[in-house]
Amino acid sequence: MTGVLPVTLEESRKIVQALLLSGKEYICVMKLHGEVPIERVKAVLTEFEDTIYQRPPLRASVKRQLRTRKIYYIDLLEIEGRNVLFKVGCEGGTYIRKLCYDIGEALGCGAHMQELRRTRAGPFIEEEGIVTLHDVAYWFMEWQKNRDDTILKKFIQPMENALALVPKIYIRDSAVDAICHGANLTAPGVLSIETEIANGSTVAIFTLKGEAVALATAEASTEEILSMEHGVVAKTRRVLMPRGTYPKCWKSGEI
Amino acid sequence: MPRSVTPWEVKRKLIIKAEDETNPRYGCKPEERTANDYIKFGVINLDKPAGPTSHEVAAWVKRILKIRNIGHGGTLEA
Repeated sequence: MTGVLPVTLEESRKIVQALLLSGKEYICVMKLHGEVPIERVKAVLTEFEDTIYQRPPLRASVKRQLRTRKIYYIDLLEIEGRNVLFKVGCEGGTYIRKLCYDIGEALGCGAHMQELRRTRAGPFIEEEGIVTLHDVAYWFMEWQKNRDDTILKKFIQPMENALALVPKIYIRDSAVDAICHGANLTAPGVLSIETEIANGSTVAIFTLKGEAVALATAEASTEEILSMEHGVVAKTRRVLMPRGTYPKCWKSGEI
Repeated sequence: MPRSVTPWEVKRKLIIKAEDETNPRYGCKPEERTANDYIKFGVINLDKPAGPTSHEVAAWVKRILKIRNIGHGGTLEA
């Protein structure tokens, strides 16, 4: 199986959790175990465009309990004999091998996953900035020879790019170091905030320079936060920025 | 049934709550990090080859870049 695999270096490992939860898109070849009319395949694929129940397969890296996953869409691309080519957009943690098996059961003939390529993992897509292992080895060697930092940018992206789809709250310099020490974000520290945040949403706390400070859980909606003058706005869950990057000023309140 | 909105299609707007400036003495824009920091806070959008596991592929990247820690976002089976 091939395709988009975001690899997080050193400190950026801390954002893995956000990537695991992010939406995915795959191109899949499913092999049917019997003859089925095309119209029937189409109808069943449409039925699976819904919240589905899935028990992780035997060989899985998570606990095998029934869980729900959203399938945003399944676009049928081609049917050739018993091979069905489709594109699927789904919630993070959906097993496509299992999805194929379940589609096969619904069709009555059985089916299995033949080929799979991931075309999206959160904000990362195969059309943009994707590199092969060979590229990584080549560009890294070139960079070691020349020490030209533009070469690094050919294959490494800032971890902030991985948070492109996570709603953001931008904060004051004076609030940064407290959060790096694990404090929750309170209303006076908030400078700007993105729409569509609900109580309980995962949010990314950013500086005005566009640096990620932490991942947090919103304690109120965008509208509520905008009208708040004090109180906790978001509970810090994962600190991303090293302590001391910004000055410690939660006593004085000024830089 | 209308197609549901995917997380990558959600449109967000930024709303200003208060005005302030950032002090250039502390921190820096992600693109302006020193080479070491750029790697340390970096992510690679890797095209996983068929065959090795996601874990093995990540371990190779770790060895190529001579770094200590690596992770990957979402296992893609071998």
